[in-house]
Amino acid sequence: MRRILYLLPLIILAGLVVAFALRLGDPDKETLPSQLIDRKVPQFALDPLPGRGRALSSGDLKGQVSLLNIFGSWCRSCVAEHPMLKRIQREYDIPLHGIDWKDDPEAGKAWLARHGDPYDRIGLDPDSRVAIDLGVTGAPETFIVGPDGRIRYKHTGPITPKVWKDTMLPLIRKLRRTS
Amino acid sequence: MIVEFGHFALVLGFVVALVQGVVPLVGAQRGNAGLMAVAPAASLAQFLAVGTAFAALTYAYVVSDFSVLNVVNNSHTAKPLLYKITGVWGNHEGSLLLWVLILAVFGLALALFGNNLPPALRARALAIQALVAFGFLGFLLFTSNPFARTMPPPVNGQGLNPILQDPGLAFHPPFLYLGYVGFSMAFSFAVAALIEGRVDAAWARWVRPWTLAAWIFLTLGIGLGAWWAYYELGWGGWWFWDPVENASLLPWLAGTALLHSAIVVEKRDALKSWTILLAIITFALSLLGTFLVRSGVLTSVHAFASDPTRGVFILGLLAIVLGVSFALYAWRAPHLKGGGLFRPVSREGSLLLNNALMAAATGTVLLGTLFPLIVEVLGMGKVSVGPPYYNYTFGILMIPLVLAMAVGPMLAWKRGRLGRALARLVPAALAAGVAAGWGILRSDTAGSAVVAAIGMGLAAWLVVGTLVELLERSGFYRHGPATALRRLPGMPRAAWGMTLAHLGLGIAIAGMVGSSLWKVESVQVMAAGDSQTVAGYTFAFHGAREVKGPNYTAVQGSFTVKGPDGATITTLDPSKRSYEVRSMPTTEAAIHTTWVGDLYAVVGDPAKKREGFVTRLYYNPLVPWIWIGSVVMVLGGLVSLSDRRHRVGVPARARTARRQTDGEGA
Repeated sequence: MRRILYLLPLIILAGLVVAFALRLGDPDKETLPSQLIDRKVPQFALDPLPGRGRALSSGDLKGQVSLLNIFGSWCRSCVAEHPMLKRIQREYDIPLHGIDWKDDPEAGKAWLARHGDPYDRIGLDPDSRVAIDLGVTGAPETFIVGPDGRIRYKHTGPITPKVWKDTMLPLIRKLRRTS
Repeated sequence: MIVEFGHFALVLGFVVALVQGVVPLVGAQRGNAGLMAVAPAASLAQFLAVGTAFAALTYAYVVSDFSVLNVVNNSHTAKPLLYKITGVWGNHEGSLLLWVLILAVFGLALALFGNNLPPALRARALAIQALVAFGFLGFLLFTSNPFARTMPPPVNGQGLNPILQDPGLAFHPPFLYLGYVGFSMAFSFAVAALIEGRVDAAWARWVRPWTLAAWIFLTLGIGLGAWWAYYELGWGGWWFWDPVENASLLPWLAGTALLHSAIVVEKRDALKSWTILLAIITFALSLLGTFLVRSGVLTSVHAFASDPTRGVFILGLLAIVLGVSFALYAWRAPHLKGGGLFRPVSREGSLLLNNALMAAATGTVLLGTLFPLIVEVLGMGKVSVGPPYYNYTFGILMIPLVLAMAVGPMLAWKRGRLGRALARLVPAALAAGVAAGWGILRSDTAGSAVVAAIGMGLAAWLVVGTLVELLERSGFYRHGPATALRRLPGMPRAAWGMTLAHLGLGIAIAGMVGSSLWKVESVQVMAAGDSQTVAGYTFAFHGAREVKGPNYTAVQGSFTVKGPDGATITTLDPSKRSYEVRSMPTTEAAIHTTWVGDLYAVVGDPAKKREGFVTRLYYNPLVPWIWIGSVVMVLGGLVSLSDRRHRVGVPARARTARRQTDGEGA
């Protein structure tokens, strides 16, 4: 019995390491719902990218269904997701806004210049004030915001053509019909 | 060229760390003095290598060598020299290099000042220290090379995050790391003792000054961080229970417990395996803090841009270092024989109670910090843990802790007399009653009155109780004031250290409780000529103007503050800065400090709807007491550290008799 007591620290450590490893690997990050679903987008007003204009505030996410994408020039998965965002912007008539998260404005600008800029409005969130309110856990993440300014869906990780076709697009269409 | 030299030095340090980690261990096991002697020499070599690497990176920053990616990302020619230098550790790679440098400094210190240690213990402790350094140097070299070049070099850098361009924050990380990394000494000693299978009073006496030094640095680091948050973030708050703040509080709590339990090992030869475990846990929590900040597993305002490979590497490192130590603990600790027996009501008993409560407090903060992650991993959705959780759990645990803090030092070793101690503490109880009454009168709502009564009562209890203990120790009650006055200066420094540290905590508690409960805040649009009254103080706004700093422009507002009697107290000039390199604003709050509180003003953006500026005005009562209390605690640590007991060689038998007479402190 005493023996087990001495082993306890090791057992707790093992548990924590497993938990951390799972969280780092994140096998089912995509299916985790955001606690903000159906809640209003928190109030915010972010600065624009220098020289780009078209800053983003929470008021811009009202009036019609819109997409809000969290990205950053430091984020590798964002590069992978980028062609899909450009396709969405080209082929579907839906405003796509971005939050450049934990990023240097110049780096973000250079990144968009290199990979293309599919966004309508972009806000800078270098110190995560808005990202924390939105419950962002990593980039990329994409929210579907209803015309009433409420968050209706959150997708974690790059948007794949399958997720777009099977989940996001049907939800966007449904939101448009009901409003 | 110098950059390549730095990179090479880092690789050299990596190799030396491996040698230092293996050879002395083998030497100690075989009793080979020659192999053991490698340890001090290697720690000097390791310090030189890592120091050279750090100097090379600093050089790249000072001359703005933009062919180095790290300098490009974090520096700019327009930055003042001070912030070019502090920029070295304002980023992931550089701060890790500083981390390893501090590890090397502690290793070198042990090699230089550890001549009075048994050679095998010193060799083993230095080897463990080097193995930790080996892991972190590998982490640097393989995932986070600060010397990576970029081609073609850009014309200018991308600047340091302007919010970090501040003296408070520039020096907050080094102190924090000195604290975190300082606990590696206690860890190395603990693992070395487990390998040897022997823990005795001498061991505790060697470990304590290192732990104390780390504790002092960590206290300073946490205090600086809170102070910075208070004046820079412009919300008037100083602690947010953010995961990364918790990550610094956790080793502090465990380290504080370790400081106290090591006393019991030193004086009474008891609580050995518990103290060893605490030493390992304290460093484990330091490593956990490093991991949490750098892996991005928890969302925090402090996070470095996260990268999964780094997360995996550092998690592996954590698992190996701690897994091996805890396994060693499970294997060897049951064989450590405790010596001194004691009654529950005794100095040992009260220190044990302190340890139990500190451990519980550490546990609750750890649980709150990791709970969102655990819930998520178990697939039970997302939760976040906020201040109410901590206020209830942590806050309630602090009540018995502070109550016992005044009583414990009054009890004798082995068997104390609770009744006598409590009788002496009557003045403390009276003071607590008065303070609690004042707290109730000062509060507006029933809820805050309850918390104020408890908080202020505890603070007064602790301050007066600590002073009573000082008088008791000086012989005031037994031999009268004259004797007491004569004896006070000659009391052991360790005793003075405890008195100061406990006083500091009492003062800080009053500050924390008062500022949380009684803060008055007012947000409004003000044009020139408008006034606003906050907590009886009238803030008259004279408008705002543009000013230009070295690498920023700012909007600066001006207020005159008058007291309730109409007399002018001060003028406050808060500003909002925009840095040219990164178009990101920072608020510079204007603060007027008095003994009982801060007048705090922030000027924001020009209002949209009408002429004027958004202003936020605060009255933050008792906030200065938090800083005063922290400084007094640090002073207590320093005084205790200067106790001659820590410098006197332990095993010299001839001196034992003398030390027993004058070393009865703490």
